[in-house]
Amino acid sequence: MSVLISLYLEQSNSGTNRTTYVMECVSLPPLSNFAICGGTHGNELTGVYILREMQKHNVEKVGSVSITTVLSNPRAVDACRRYTDRDLNRCFTDDLLSSPITESTPYELRRAQELNAHLGPKGSEEAVDLLCDMHNTTSNMGLCIIFNSADWLILHICKYLQSKITSMPVRALQMDLPLSEAFSVDSLGKHGFSFEIGPQPHGVLRADVFNTMKEAVDLTIEWLQQFNSGRTFEGGEVEAYTRWKTVHYPRDPTTDEITAAIHPQLQDNDFKLLQPGDPIFLSLSGETVKHEGDALYPVFVNECAYYEQKIAYHLTQKSTLTLPSINVKKD
Amino acid sequence: VSLARFDEARRVAIFGGTHGNEMSGVTLVNLWVKNGSEIQRKMVDTKPFITNPRAVEKCTRYVDTDLNRAFTPENLSALGEGDLPYEVQRAQEINRIFGPKGSPEAYDVIFDLHNTTSNMGCTLILESSKDYFNLQMMNYIKVTDIRLKSLLKASIQLVECCFTSVNIVLCDWFIAGLEVGPQPQGVLRSNIFEAMRVILKHALDFIELFNEGVEFPTCTVEVFRVLERIDYPRDANGNIIAMVHPNLQDGDWEPLNPGDPMFLTFDGKTLHYQGSGTIYPTFINEAAYYEKQQAFVTTRRETLVASAIRKA
Repeated sequence: MSVLISLYLEQSNSGTNRTTYVMECVSLPPLSNFAICGGTHGNELTGVYILREMQKHNVEKVGSVSITTVLSNPRAVDACRRYTDRDLNRCFTDDLLSSPITESTPYELRRAQELNAHLGPKGSEEAVDLLCDMHNTTSNMGLCIIFNSADWLILHICKYLQSKITSMPVRALQMDLPLSEAFSVDSLGKHGFSFEIGPQPHGVLRADVFNTMKEAVDLTIEWLQQFNSGRTFEGGEVEAYTRWKTVHYPRDPTTDEITAAIHPQLQDNDFKLLQPGDPIFLSLSGETVKHEGDALYPVFVNECAYYEQKIAYHLTQKSTLTLPSINVKKD
Repeated sequence: VSLARFDEARRVAIFGGTHGNEMSGVTLVNLWVKNGSEIQRKMVDTKPFITNPRAVEKCTRYVDTDLNRAFTPENLSALGEGDLPYEVQRAQEINRIFGPKGSPEAYDVIFDLHNTTSNMGCTLILESSKDYFNLQMMNYIKVTDIRLKSLLKASIQLVECCFTSVNIVLCDWFIAGLEVGPQPQGVLRSNIFEAMRVILKHALDFIELFNEGVEFPTCTVEVFRVLERIDYPRDANGNIIAMVHPNLQDGDWEPLNPGDPMFLTFDGKTLHYQGSGTIYPTFINEAAYYEKQQAFVTTRRETLVASAIRKA
């Protein structure tokens, strides 16, 4: 894939010079297979039920796109727990995928290697073209599209969904790890991303969240079909939240127990710019802890699953990513 | 009865972690075990207590079986000790420490702290409409604290239920199950935590006043009496085929009229409430109740009269 960047100098109406960078249209190979995963965390119910419905209706092919539905962690789904031995969505680094399996290997490590064989291998030509993994969060994040590397295909899907979905805000989050260190199930695909919708308690199925996830999946499939059939998707800009910095709960130095809750003014205010001096924690004894340092955007505020690592939230920066027009490469 | 007299409430227990992932109670009780000054009152012995420590450690509702359904006569008299399910052992232990009912060592008042994923605000769960002591306490809390009304959506309500909970065994005593939501399991929300803390503060103040001989005049209290449990529609294999309808979701304590939307199938069809009259739904979409076949509970709104009460 090659990209030509053309440089133009233009005169605007007011007479000043303005430099415009124009990226030429990029042609990419067709995307013929799409894997959709749910139940990677067994108590994040939206994906589990979306899959159930797709499997009930035998959704296998939509136009030019073959669709594979995968229940990632069946044991955790049966128990309605996040995981049985360890978090499946942290098991997909290159190291863990190549570690030898013995009798004492935790269930999720085994399962990760099974999924790698089925949907990957990660990084190879045989890997599924596009993989989407469905998640829920207890944080008030609306619909987030989370991806590791900002490839233009995924950014175009973000742009498309943002233009169509009105039921809740749609935002892009970029992790930006080297592929070998990418740890989530969506790293198996040639292109991969997760849908993360909240707030929803784990173990609960909300109709409004289900409907938005269904819409997001349907629109993704729609986009794939249009792409494969030759439509050019116009370039533009997508805002993404990047450069994650983790903030931990205040803890008791001797017992390591958490000693504060997320402050009421931060609670439910994911993506609202956090300024120095803004309250972040309210301790159990009533003291307020304030944010220090740069003004940043908090995400995953008070996510249930993060208590285990004593993570309160992550801080991100907002970047504007530019994308060229894209269309399918014709042989 | 124009004036009901009760003995002083000398021994008060505050239970947290009956469900190990309901974090407000767990956090409050752990806090008070370390430093109980906030819950001390004149002439009252208050004991904060984690009822299900293993479930709390694993941050799960229960280990073997739901502790809040374990207090059956069969369980309490079961033999086998270490072979019994963990929660049955715990129920026997709790009965030993805080009971048994009728004995001089038994506790007088027990608060059992819970959270729910339902949008219920603060709810006091009582056993009986004749529970004048708790009705008066509820009235006292409502009248005393305006701040509470602004902290949460619904003011304190009363629900009469028939679960085999901690309450049943200890029913000679004054038991208040305190349910505060919405809060996801495993999550600690500051506003929910503070609301529970404030309610308990007022409840203990009430007990102290009562013990000092204050007479609480007769009062009326709005209560919601539980009628029935409504399950999700299911297919022949027992799988749910519809979700709580968006119109009903989060609508705890709001009237549900015949014909109102109740469930939404996965392919978008609305199922309507078919009852004969208006009911007040609660426990709408509680996470723990999927396995108990309960989408929500119907209640009837009533006004109860609580007689005046005074220390004997």
